[in-house]
Amino acid sequence: MSLPQTPSQTVGPFFKPALVRPGQESLITSRSRGERVTIEGRVLDGDAAAVSDAMIELWQANADGRYDHPDDSEEKRLDPDFHGFGRTATDDRGHFHFYTIKPGSVAGPGMILQAPHINVSIFARGLLKRLVTRIYFPDEPLNAADVVLNAIAPDRRSTLVARIAERQGVLLFDIVLQGEHETVFFDV
Amino acid sequence: MNTAAGYRPETLGAHPPYDHPSYTSTHKRAPRHPPVRLEHTLSEITGPRFAPDNLNDLTHFDGGAALGERIIVTGRVLDEDGRAIPHTLIEIWQANAAGRYAHAEDRHEAPLDPHFAGIGRVTTDDRGAYRFMTVKPGAYPWRNHHNAWRPNHIHFSLFGPSFATRLITQMYFPGDPLLALDPIFNSVPDRAARERLIATFDIEVTIPEYALGYRFDFVLRGRDATPALS
Repeated sequence: MSLPQTPSQTVGPFFKPALVRPGQESLITSRSRGERVTIEGRVLDGDAAAVSDAMIELWQANADGRYDHPDDSEEKRLDPDFHGFGRTATDDRGHFHFYTIKPGSVAGPGMILQAPHINVSIFARGLLKRLVTRIYFPDEPLNAADVVLNAIAPDRRSTLVARIAERQGVLLFDIVLQGEHETVFFDV
Repeated sequence: MNTAAGYRPETLGAHPPYDHPSYTSTHKRAPRHPPVRLEHTLSEITGPRFAPDNLNDLTHFDGGAALGERIIVTGRVLDEDGRAIPHTLIEIWQANAAGRYAHAEDRHEAPLDPHFAGIGRVTTDDRGAYRFMTVKPGAYPWRNHHNAWRPNHIHFSLFGPSFATRLITQMYFPGDPLLALDPIFNSVPDRAARERLIATFDIEVTIPEYALGYRFDFVLRGRDATPALS
């Protein structure tokens, strides 16, 4: 038996009251384990104009590299104060931010650990399907051998690695939908 | 070692492309590079889970009854193998009966309804079933092209069991003359796939002397035969 998939449609411009609630941009409580990190960025279109009606969702492992999900059966600790999901919308100037922790590394192809990363979904008016990308961390030794990063042309790879801000604990990650500095998006 | 299976790919033709020229908002937002295929790992086969939610009656808000034609929308969330997807979050939003969203950016000159917020949120039951009571949303103009009107529709957001199964879509109504003219509905290349976005009127779902009934099932991506890479 094989049923046909339900097609995707755009989230449109009017989703915020239904989908975005205050507090969802924080994935942590004071008791969550791990290194605190604030991720800030902008969503920009092909004219480098701010996208003020995008929704961004994060999904990530905890500080030990364990996803809070029954299909992750690795023997790593769960964190009762970290579940790994975040959601926010861009503001009038296309800005967004999240409060989270740096995830631990999780298994990847060939039993090789993947470099720590956060899975990202982007929805907006004009996007008929979600876009998917990953946020990788700067100064991370595992980046050099990461299978996903290495499969991407070097000149585009940097779009997946957050930049260190001058403020302590802040990483910058812009999402460029189109154009010269277009972010690498994934077909999952 | 992880032995859980990955998910099947998106069916060709069942989903819109990013670049769809008749939908103007895609012009500056559709990426130019094709997306990079990602083999499924733990990152893709896991996903968020949510506490039970049951905000399923949209017809009363702020102490009064919403205006419009009351409808029930009900159905099941299944995977490609026909297996129920229980306890998964469904979020909906829609315009009121006059075609106006309770949203600051909606400038359409149609009345707001103080008793309709247009927001619902439920988790599916053990059988993957859900049910909303709402009012039929009105059509409304938009500025995509001259004399453009969106057909009546309800927005749906679903998670399913993993990051890979996330879906946001729109449900349409049978017999709507605006469907043939709508660039968003017609962005789905395959005609049969497109028509799966249209709910079915079902007299059995109707509550006599109270509300009309529609059925709308969802099919999210199913499991692959082989384990995800790990």
